[in-house]
Amino acid sequence: MINIAFPQMGDYYVPANYLLSHIFKANVIKAPKITSKTIELGTKNSPEFICTPFKYTLGTMIECLDKKANILIQMGGGCRYGYYANLQEKILQDLGYEFKMINLVTKGDTNFRRINKLFKQIDPKYSKLKTIYYGFISLKMVKYMDKIDDYIRQNIGFEQKKGSFENLKAEMLIKFSKVKSYIELKKLYNKYLKRFKNIKTHKPDKPLKIGIIGELYTLMEPFSNYYLEKQLAQNNIEIKRFTNVHYLLFEKSKKLKKYLKNNEYVKYNMGADASDNINHCKYLCENGYDGIIHIKSSFCTPEIGAMPIINKIASKYEVPILFFSFDSATSETGIKTRLEAFYDMLEMRKRN
Amino acid sequence: MKECYLGIDIGSISTKGVIIDENNNIITSSYIWTEGNPVNAVKKLINILKKDLSSEYIIKGIGTTGSARKLIGLMLKANIVKNEITAHAVGTLTFYKDARTILEIGGQDSKIILLKNGIITNYAMNTLCAAGTGSFLSSQAKRLGIEVKDFGKYALKSKNPVKIAARCTVFAESDLVHKAQIGYKKEDIIAGLCKSVVLNYLNNVGKGKKIEGPVIFQGGVSKNEGVVKYFKEILNQDIIVDPNSHLMGAIGIAVLARKNKNGNTYSLKVDDIKFDTKPSECNLCSNNCELLRIYRNGTLVDSWGSKCGRY
Repeated sequence: MINIAFPQMGDYYVPANYLLSHIFKANVIKAPKITSKTIELGTKNSPEFICTPFKYTLGTMIECLDKKANILIQMGGGCRYGYYANLQEKILQDLGYEFKMINLVTKGDTNFRRINKLFKQIDPKYSKLKTIYYGFISLKMVKYMDKIDDYIRQNIGFEQKKGSFENLKAEMLIKFSKVKSYIELKKLYNKYLKRFKNIKTHKPDKPLKIGIIGELYTLMEPFSNYYLEKQLAQNNIEIKRFTNVHYLLFEKSKKLKKYLKNNEYVKYNMGADASDNINHCKYLCENGYDGIIHIKSSFCTPEIGAMPIINKIASKYEVPILFFSFDSATSETGIKTRLEAFYDMLEMRKRN
Repeated sequence: MKECYLGIDIGSISTKGVIIDENNNIITSSYIWTEGNPVNAVKKLINILKKDLSSEYIIKGIGTTGSARKLIGLMLKANIVKNEITAHAVGTLTFYKDARTILEIGGQDSKIILLKNGIITNYAMNTLCAAGTGSFLSSQAKRLGIEVKDFGKYALKSKNPVKIAARCTVFAESDLVHKAQIGYKKEDIIAGLCKSVVLNYLNNVGKGKKIEGPVIFQGGVSKNEGVVKYFKEILNQDIIVDPNSHLMGAIGIAVLARKNKNGNTYSLKVDDIKFDTKPSECNLCSNNCELLRIYRNGTLVDSWGSKCGRY
């Protein structure tokens, strides 16, 4: 029996699960929600100074292997992320687990011939046609989810009935996971978008607006940023975030080229999302955002390189910026104090 | 009857309390050690403050700030609970309307607040490390066998401060031991320590921040003349240390309590308040949240530490 598992990030397990369970005759193990135990397992078996997402995903993988997973899927990116799969495979083998690690992306580009080879290792009889069809639906699902999330971030801070956005989103994700065709998915998306827009809010004309930039995993997995967006929303703040899976897969490469052409702050790709974030910081400063929060996991090298430039841009435009570095041993109280002070400061500036 | 407002700043090392009147004049103030028990410290503090408060005053607002602000806020039913960054800025701005930079070094944390036209424009707070804060200085004073309050006087005597590694408390300490063992004078070592606190602060918290005058220095460490001297020397500008610099957080939160008053009157009878905390661990999922339930006079008023919001 094939048991596939993959580390999770935010709500993206829904499309990933959808894709895998449709193209393989396999059992897809849903990774358990990240908890303190996940982090403990990950931290215990990771090199100490590795970035935090490594620890989170390693912890999830161990939990999945304990649930009898025998195929693990990991991705890679343009920084240390590119070495995650190999290193985690080695660590898990040393721990005595038996499994196959499938590394979907290397060197930042997806090679379809290689993926075909890898997929054949999972299931020699897998259908390419099915993969293309369900792959298309899954990617559309990612796009729709990201669009809905953008809308939620702008409005959740002002909902009249607490929890109305979250509950509707949970309902939507369940419906999404059961769609049979692309047409059905599109209809569902339109229906839910309308329902989201019908949720009553008390949004003022000029609310406080904060842009969140930084390293991708910490941005997208709420457990790893201590539910930062939720905490901001509780203070009636509109949130803007650029990084999501759709951006990383389809928009990033095109937009980055454009950014680098006419930007006085950065001329070349600094690895991972560092150059993107510099540009996003400039965008937020020029478009009337009241504050910027930059988050990363500790030891994230590309973001460390971007931080002085981001700081320079923010001080030139006189937009306050708050930097957070999250580790597996970060004090939650410290985060709350700084966030509260940041919010007070923005409020004071806005009033004057 | 005259109205007055109570502000309490419960820090990790010391607890500060102040009562101000309608015009922000200090009626009475006090400064005591927290000794790891904020509830008892606040009870003691309020009893001291009560003695100096004439019966014509009634308390119309209570504010709490500092690391135990939430707990004490619940205990006293404060009308405002605010973080120490905002409180310090408000307190300073009450007395120095044109302040541009606030340097603050407390027992466990240090921060820098930049202001412009009476509003905060930027701030930073030390993150992982407590190097160069008050508790570091007091532990070194113990090692050298002198009182913390005499630290500054010793430092001013020195003509040749020794160089002490400023990056990290642990390195600073081994450097200090080494310098003492090879025969440097005590005052030179103390002066070197004060200088290293300043350098550490400017390299960590003050990094990338433009320090413009008027500069106000506050927090417990501002009482140390040696540190003040080296701030002046290194920044090459005048540093203002208010006589009440250690009370600024408490004054700020008292001012905020005045601005946010809701018509309620508060009593200072704290000895009768039964205030208990009960820790427990929730084992319903693998988060194993450490819960803390707060009881005021036997009734549950709040519980903290739950990640999922069940409690």
